[in-house]
Amino acid sequence: MYVEMQHIHKTFDGFRASNDVSFGVEKGHLAALLGPSGSGKTTILRMIAGLDMPDSGEILLNGVRVNELPGSKRGIGFVFQNYALFRYMTVAENIAFGLEVQKKGKKEIKERVDELLELISMKELGKRYPNQLSGGQKQRVAFARALAPNPQLLLLDEPFAAIDAKVRRELRAWLKEMIEQVGITSIFVTHDQEEAMEVADTIIITNQGRIEQIGTPEDICREPQTDFVADFIDCRRFQLLMAIK
Amino acid sequence: MPEKLQKKYGPDHGEDGIHSIQKVIEPPKGSTKHITRNILIGISALFLLVMLILPLAVVVVNALKEGWAAYSAALLDEYTGKALQLTLLATAAAILVNTVFGIFAAYLLSKFYFRGRELVATLIDIPFSISPVIAGLVFILTFGSVGWMGDFLTAHNIRIVFAVPGILLATIFVTFPFVFRELFPVMNAQGKDEEEAAGLMGAGGFTIFRRITFPHIKWALLYGIILCSARAMGEFGAVSVISGHLRGKTNTLPLHVEILYNEFNTTAAFAVSSILVILAALILIARNLVEWKTK
Ligand SMILES: Nc1ncnc2c1ncn2[C@@H]1O[C@H](COP(=O)(O)OP(=O)(O)OP(=O)(O)O)[C@@H](O)[C@H]1O
Ligand SMILES: [Mg+2]
Repeated sequence: MYVEMQHIHKTFDGFRASNDVSFGVEKGHLAALLGPSGSGKTTILRMIAGLDMPDSGEILLNGVRVNELPGSKRGIGFVFQNYALFRYMTVAENIAFGLEVQKKGKKEIKERVDELLELISMKELGKRYPNQLSGGQKQRVAFARALAPNPQLLLLDEPFAAIDAKVRRELRAWLKEMIEQVGITSIFVTHDQEEAMEVADTIIITNQGRIEQIGTPEDICREPQTDFVADFIDCRRFQLLMAIK
Repeated sequence: MPEKLQKKYGPDHGEDGIHSIQKVIEPPKGSTKHITRNILIGISALFLLVMLILPLAVVVVNALKEGWAAYSAALLDEYTGKALQLTLLATAAAILVNTVFGIFAAYLLSKFYFRGRELVATLIDIPFSISPVIAGLVFILTFGSVGWMGDFLTAHNIRIVFAVPGILLATIFVTFPFVFRELFPVMNAQGKDEEEAAGLMGAGGFTIFRRITFPHIKWALLYGIILCSARAMGEFGAVSVISGHLRGKTNTLPLHVEILYNEFNTTAAFAVSSILVILAALILIARNLVEWKTK
């Protein structure tokens, strides 16, 4: 799905959380919203999902204005910062929920759940409850749950924030691979530039509610467009990364 | 073996060779704190004996003082039966109204942000901070014949004060905050992520409540209902003001006890009290079951 934000403004009680935000993400691409804490990343993601309404500006999905369309009708899968797994449902029930709500047939639901459990390599753990899972497993269930109704756009808010550094690297590679395999357009939020550089096709840098720069990791390192970007992005680490690759 | 120890006591956060839980649960040997502890236990036990156990024992002893026959006569008395019925009716009304209201209010205040949230939360607590007698008076001034709705109510032949509706209103009023108070912290701590996630998948409001919110709050809800019933059964002040003490019509159990006692009918008064004690004991057991279940 092709995503476009045009001149989006959003204030909370007079505080400017989004200030003239415009960007586009091409179909099939994986984009990262990167910026310091409080720079408005989550706000942007929530507006795309329909959880918050912009004060002005347009949100276009596949070229169609969706400002007035409820989030549930936008064909979006959302992975919350702390996963927000339904804690009184098993892993399988969590994944099935979106399909049950759509009144899909029992057999179809079961097949889809099994397929997704296989995809996240958790076939044996379908009957577990979220509090019996490790952080990485929860993350994978949240991913499968978001994918179950076959969305065209996947939004992930700090998908790795609650996971310790070691597992994070593995999971990051896993997620990139999964997203490529499914071929779904995805936007993920992070404040970890290494993560953004390593995973994303496009990086959107936010600061104080504004977009500072949009580009590939290489572009941003080669030509930082604002002082903030030059200061914020540490390209030595990135160059090292490229050298290793 | 060392591995096992490690597991049991958790990591050595302080890095002083003492594992975290050990620090808390195992006091140093040869502690002089024993004396302090024993004195505190003694004082608490004495306090409980004088303030709780002795009075309850007195109720039972006095109720049975004139023998089983007198006791059962007092219980089988027509007016006692009527009073018990009214008390149960008022309790049921309080549970019903306050459960519905408590769920709505807690849901509203914990899942939506709007100006004046704090004010609403404070208003809900009014019945806790206001004297029940004043609450009763307020109802009389509102719905009584001299009250500002008096003319309207008389014209339409509706009786609230000195009638059953008044009793129900007063009981609902004094037990208003219990359910809300139990639910609100639980719902607030849960946040709204799970609800939002379900909503994004297309679930409607009722489905979200039934499958996401309710399983999370059910024990707190039950606990709130239990507290609410305990208070509703025992309520005296507000109900006393608004009841008019019409025997067989507007007397609840606590009011009935007072009337019997004022008539120097001590045995009957204690016998009827023992019903309330039994109800209280049942509620206490239910409460402990819920607490144990939620651990
Ligand atoms: N519902 C809200 N009410 C009031 N202010 C809000 C609300 N949501 C966000 N804000 C404010 O908007 C600003 C941007 O918030 P946002 O959550 O988008 O930041 P973020 O970039 O995701 O930060 P983080 O990395 O810490 O998650 C913050 O200053 C925040 O306080
Ligand atoms: Mg955020």
